[in-house]
Amino acid sequence: MILNGRAWKYGDDVDTDVIIPARYLNTSDPAELAKHCMEDIDGNYASGVSAGDFIVAGKNFGCGSSREHAPIAIKASGARAVIAGSFARIFYRNAFNMGLPIIEAPQAVDGIDSGDVLAVDMENGILRNETKKREYGIATVPPFMRELVAAGGLLNYMAGRRKGK
Amino acid sequence: MGMTLTEKILARHAGKDVVAPGELILAKVDLALGNDVTSPIAIQAFRSLGARAVFDRNRIALVPDHFAPNKDIKSAEQAKMMREFAREFGIVNYFEVGRMGIEHVLLPDEGLVVPGDLVIGADSHTCTYGALCAFSTGVGSTDLAAAMLSGEVWLKVPETLRIVLSGRPGKWVEGKDVILHIIGEIGVDGALYRAMEYAGDGIAHLPMAWRFTITNMAIEAGAKNGIFPFDAATKAYADGRAKRGYEVVAADRDARYEAELSVDLSTLEPVVAFPHLPENTRPLSLVGDVPIDQVVVGSCTNGRIEDLRSAAAVIRGRKVHDGVRMIILPATQEIYLQAMREGLMEAFVTAGAAFSTPTCGPCLGGHMGILAKGERAISTTNRNFVGRMGHPESEVYLSNPAVAAASAVLGRIGGPDELG
Repeated sequence: MILNGRAWKYGDDVDTDVIIPARYLNTSDPAELAKHCMEDIDGNYASGVSAGDFIVAGKNFGCGSSREHAPIAIKASGARAVIAGSFARIFYRNAFNMGLPIIEAPQAVDGIDSGDVLAVDMENGILRNETKKREYGIATVPPFMRELVAAGGLLNYMAGRRKGK
Repeated sequence: MGMTLTEKILARHAGKDVVAPGELILAKVDLALGNDVTSPIAIQAFRSLGARAVFDRNRIALVPDHFAPNKDIKSAEQAKMMREFAREFGIVNYFEVGRMGIEHVLLPDEGLVVPGDLVIGADSHTCTYGALCAFSTGVGSTDLAAAMLSGEVWLKVPETLRIVLSGRPGKWVEGKDVILHIIGEIGVDGALYRAMEYAGDGIAHLPMAWRFTITNMAIEAGAKNGIFPFDAATKAYADGRAKRGYEVVAADRDARYEAELSVDLSTLEPVVAFPHLPENTRPLSLVGDVPIDQVVVGSCTNGRIEDLRSAAAVIRGRKVHDGVRMIILPATQEIYLQAMREGLMEAFVTAGAAFSTPTCGPCLGGHMGILAKGERAISTTNRNFVGRMGHPESEVYLSNPAVAAASAVLGRIGGPDELG
């Protein structure tokens, strides 16, 4: 499957407090959270994002709090995936557990600007910047985590294990 | 090949003789915790699995601390969902407002976390318990749901960064300065995915409260966990409290470390982290003139009785500056009582500070001290991200409690030595 969409580009160390500010953590409703996604660094994101777009950032994306509201807000905002130089570990884990694809591509992110059209081929590990006509390899996912994704996230994986018992 | 402290605890909980960095394991959990912000999503996920019971109702802790006492109707609904879940499933360690505290201070103080444990929590500062020579790490709500059901968690065994502490810290230097200094050195992703294991004879000069502060902020360096070796101070702390028996774990002499960092504690001075990342550190002497509007002393990082004593010793007999609001948040009811008994509360209130019931409150911009546009706070909390304590155009500076208290008197960031 190839994912196509536009890039929304941000810098290094994008923290969970700007992905979804704590003042909105009194709800876990995805649609409500999506309205405020990225609000404190980019007031245009939530209203401007189109289904299938990508959030692209530098190193350590998702640092800070363990709030699962962050990947929930991103997924509900319509973004197809997050592409970053590296990810903070709890965000990485949460994204997998709830089925938001995340892509580590340290070589690619520097050359991507907001508005660039990207094509991501997850199976073959290729990211193409259609606007800049450049192609990059992307990291593949460890086998156990592929199992999680194949099961449809951690909860389905757990449900499968329970049935097997 | 020997194992590090983290590898030893993980191996034991995965039923293996040996584990190595990079290995994915399924490990048994001694305690799983959640709070009023993260539990609702976990509870919905748990119910969606059709589960009839939790794996062990003694080994789950639910603490309403973030927006509690409830700050608004939506928060009240979230707290209610958690309370009803706790009743329905017979969760033993549910702590109601009036009996609660900030989770990462409350749970070790109550003896619910003991040395050698493996603890996961749906809160990033779950890494705090490493001070007890336990493995603990923050996870998301879905992981909490899975652990509440199965008593297990999947983990990747991390590489370990060894941090060797030597020397004796000087005057006004506390645990907060040690960890801010380290984060300043290695950066907010300097220990990404790694364990931070402390070693060296400098540890003997660090009281338990300071060690909790140091491991609490491991996440601010991107780490999976921070961990101290077990020593006489750990034993003294644990033996008076532990609700379960525990096994002492030690690192092997031939353990393999990915990297090593040395810190001579005697060379440190108090450290202040400037907006908007904990890595933007400066020694206090290089801070310059930074006027402030608010001072916060509290949080899972610095809300312990030792922290209140440190701030009270500076503020006693002095007044909070005219242009400053000072807010003190003891981390637990027990600490609140102790602060009353010792006269700390009186020292704060007499000085013109507000003294609050325990809550995470302003640390994450929840309530009890939100900043307006353009306002600036110095705080003993753990994060100074954009908008962390309120308006996106407000600023948070991080420091230890003594510096925070001195700043409250000065009306600008400064140290206790500047007070006449």
